Amino acid sequence: MEANVAIVVIWLFLFLYALGGAIDFGAGFWSMFYFGRKDTTAASIANLYLNPSWKVTNVFLVLFVVALVGFFPHAAFALGSFMIVPVSFVLILLIIRSAFMVYSYSVQKYTKLFTYISGITGLLIPALMLSILPIIIGGFVEIVGGNHYILYDRLLSSPTLYAHIGFGLAAELFLSSLFLSDYAREAKAMETYEVYRKNAIILGPIMLSMAVAATMTLMPEAMWMVENMARQWHLFALSLVVFSIGYSALWWPSKKGRVGQPRVAVLFMVAQIGLASFAYGWGHMPYIVYPDLTIYDAVTNKQMYLSLLWGYGIGMAILVPLFYWFWRLFLKDKRYLTDKKVDDVR
Amino acid sequence: MDNVLLARMLFGSSLIFHIIFATLGVGLTLMILIAEILRVVRKDNDYGILAKRWTKAVAILLGVAIPSGTIVAVMLALLWPGLIEVVGQVIALPFTLEIFAFFFEALFLSIYVYAASRLSSTMRIISVFFVALGATASAVLITNVQSWMNTPTGFSIVNGDITDVRPWEAVLNPAFGYTAIHVASSAYTATAFVVASYAAYQLLKPNLKQSEKTYHRKGLMMALIFGAITSLWTATNGHHSAVGLHHNVPVKLAAAEGLFETQSNAPLSIFGTPDPEANRVVGGIEVPGMLSYLATGSTDGVVVGLNEYPRDEWPPLFVHTLFNIMVGIGSALIALSFGALAYRIFFKKREYPNWVLIPLVASGPLAMLGIETGWIFACIGRQPWTIYGIQRTAEAATKSANLGTFFIIFISLYGFLLVVTALVMRYYFRRNPLIKEFENQTTTV
Repeated sequence: MEANVAIVVIWLFLFLYALGGAIDFGAGFWSMFYFGRKDTTAASIANLYLNPSWKVTNVFLVLFVVALVGFFPHAAFALGSFMIVPVSFVLILLIIRSAFMVYSYSVQKYTKLFTYISGITGLLIPALMLSILPIIIGGFVEIVGGNHYILYDRLLSSPTLYAHIGFGLAAELFLSSLFLSDYAREAKAMETYEVYRKNAIILGPIMLSMAVAATMTLMPEAMWMVENMARQWHLFALSLVVFSIGYSALWWPSKKGRVGQPRVAVLFMVAQIGLASFAYGWGHMPYIVYPDLTIYDAVTNKQMYLSLLWGYGIGMAILVPLFYWFWRLFLKDKRYLTDKKVDDVR
Repeated sequence: MDNVLLARMLFGSSLIFHIIFATLGVGLTLMILIAEILRVVRKDNDYGILAKRWTKAVAILLGVAIPSGTIVAVMLALLWPGLIEVVGQVIALPFTLEIFAFFFEALFLSIYVYAASRLSSTMRIISVFFVALGATASAVLITNVQSWMNTPTGFSIVNGDITDVRPWEAVLNPAFGYTAIHVASSAYTATAFVVASYAAYQLLKPNLKQSEKTYHRKGLMMALIFGAITSLWTATNGHHSAVGLHHNVPVKLAAAEGLFETQSNAPLSIFGTPDPEANRVVGGIEVPGMLSYLATGSTDGVVVGLNEYPRDEWPPLFVHTLFNIMVGIGSALIALSFGALAYRIFFKKREYPNWVLIPLVASGPLAMLGIETGWIFACIGRQPWTIYGIQRTAEAATKSANLGTFFIIFISLYGFLLVVTALVMRYYFRRNPLIKEFENQTTTV
C-alpha cells in the first residue's frame, strides 16, 4: 500500500518535470533555431518564457530525485551502481546548458555562440534522460557479485534505445512548440503563433509514431512489460483519443481571429501525456529495476513515509497559490508579455 | 585508485565548487534585501543601484549555482547509496522541506527580477525578503542532514536493521542548532567581505568621479558594518560549535586541536603539525589551559584526546591545519572590519587610504578560503565515518566503475566554468558601467 502510494507520488513529480522540462529545453532549442531571424519573434517569445521559469523547472528535477531516494532508499545501491554513467552525462549537459543560457543574455558579443551551446546541449538532455528508461526495463543490466553493470554492447545495438531517444526529442520539440504557440497567442504575437502552430502540426504525428515505435521495439527486450502494457490497453486507447481531440483543436475555429485553439490543444496534450505515462509506468510495476528490485523491496519505513507525505502535502498546499500568482505574472500579464524593455533587466 | 577515494574526490570537488556559488547566493540575497530597505528608508537611490547590480551578479551566479546544486543532490544519491539508504529511512524530511525553500527562492527571485517594474516598493521588499529567506532556509535544511551525520539520532538499530524511526527527533539532532547557525552566519560574513573587497578594489582606481566614489563608499560601509556584525556573530557561534563538538563528537575536536592525551588544563595549539609519535603538536604555539577553558569554560576542564580512540577511527591529522586556517581567517576578518570602522569613527575621514583598502581587497578571497576550509574540515573531520559511529564512508560508497573518468571530466568542467563565470561578470559590468546607471535612473524612490 505505502509503496503504491509513494510510486504514484513519484510518477506525479516525474510527470510534472517531464512536461516542464520538455517545454523548457524545447524553448531553449527554438530560441537557438530562430536566433537572429528578423521575420519572426519566435526566438524572443521563447526567451520571454525561459527567463523567469527555468529555475523553477530545475527545482522539479531536484524534487523528483529527492522524492525518489526519500521514498525508496533501498533502491539507492542498484541505481547508484549503473545510473552513474548516463546520469553524469545528463548533469554535464545540464550545467553547460544553464550556465551558457544565462551567460548568453549577459555577454552580447557572444550571444549567438552561447545560445547555440545552450540550445544544443538542452536539446540532448531529454533524449539522454529517455535513454535511461530502456536500461531499467531490463535486459541491459547484468549483475555480477551484487553489482549492477550496463551491457553497453547490447544497449547500443538495440533499436529500442534509439526509439526512446527519438521519442524524447520528438516529445520535447512537439510539446514546446505547442506550448509556445499558445504563449505567443497570449502575447498577441500572431505571426509567431502561426510559426509554432505549424511546428506542432508537423511534430505531433512524429511524436505519436515514435511512442509506438518505442513500445514495439521493447517487445524483444522486455516482453513482460509489453504484456503488462497490453493489459492497460484502455488507458492507451483513451490517451490516443485525447491526443486526436487535442491535435484537432489546432484547426478549431477561434473567436480571436486566427484558426486553432492552442489552449485546448495544450490541456488535452497534458492529459494525453499523463494518461500514457501513467499506463506506461503502471506496466512497469512492481519493478524499479527489472527483474530484481521491486517497489516493495525499496520503500522506506511507515513513519518516514507518513512524514514525507505530510511534508509534500503541506509544501504543495503552500506553493499552489504561489504558482498561480507566478502564472498570472509571467504567462498572463499583458504588461510582461508585451514589454520590450524586458531585455535590459535580465 | 581506490573507488571510495575516487567517489570522495568526485563528490568533494563538486561540493567545493558549489559552495562558492551557494554561499554568495545566501549572502547576496540578504544584502540586496538590506539595500532595498535602505533605499526606501534613506530615500537614496544609490542603494537601489547597489541592489540592482548585486541582483544582476546573483542572476549570473545562479546560472551555475542552480545546476551545480542539482549535481550535488544527484551525486549524493548516486555516489553514496549506503548513506542514502539510511538517510531515506531516518532523515529524508529536511531534503523534502528544502525543495520548498528552493521553490520559494526561485519563484520570488523571478518575480523580483522580471516583475520589478510592476510591483510596488513594499512588494519588491517582500519578494526579495522571501528570496533571502528561501536561500538561507535551504542552506539550513541541507546543513540539517550534515549535522545529523555528525550526531545521528531518531532511530534504533536492531540486528543491523533500522527501526523505531522518529523523523522529528532526527531533524532536531544535537548538532543542528549550532551547525546551522554557523553555516548561515559564515555565509553572510564571507559575502560581506567579497562585496567589501569589490568596493575597495573600485575605490583604489584613480580618476573616479565624485558620484562613483560616493556610491562605492556606501557599498563598502554597508559591507563593513554587515561584515563586522556577522563575523563577530560567526566567532561566537563558532565557539558554540566547538563546545558542541566537545560534548557530541570529541574525537573531531581532538583532531582539530591536535590533542592526543586526555587531560585537564589542555593547551590550545595554534598551527604546527600534530605528531602521533611525540603525542603533541610540533612547531606550533601553545597557550596553556586555553583549550580546556574554551571547551568547558574552565582551565580545569577535561578534554578528550585522540588516544582514547582506536587508530582507525581517527580523522586525518591535517584537519588541524584546516581548522586553524578557518579560525585564523575568521579572526582576521573581525579585526579588519572593526579596524576599518574604528578608523572611520576616530579619524572622521570619509576616505580610506590605500593601506586600509589593499587588505580589504584581499578580504574577499580570504573569506571564501575560510568557508572552503571550514566545510572541508567539517567533512574530513568526520572521517572515517559518513554517519558518525554508525556507518563508515567505505560502506556508503557506490561500487560503480568509471568514477576516475568522471572526476577528470567534472573538475575540468568546474575549472572552465569558474573562468567563464569570472569573465562574464567582468564583461557585463564593464559594458554596463556605473556611470550609465546614474544617467538612466528609471527607478524612483
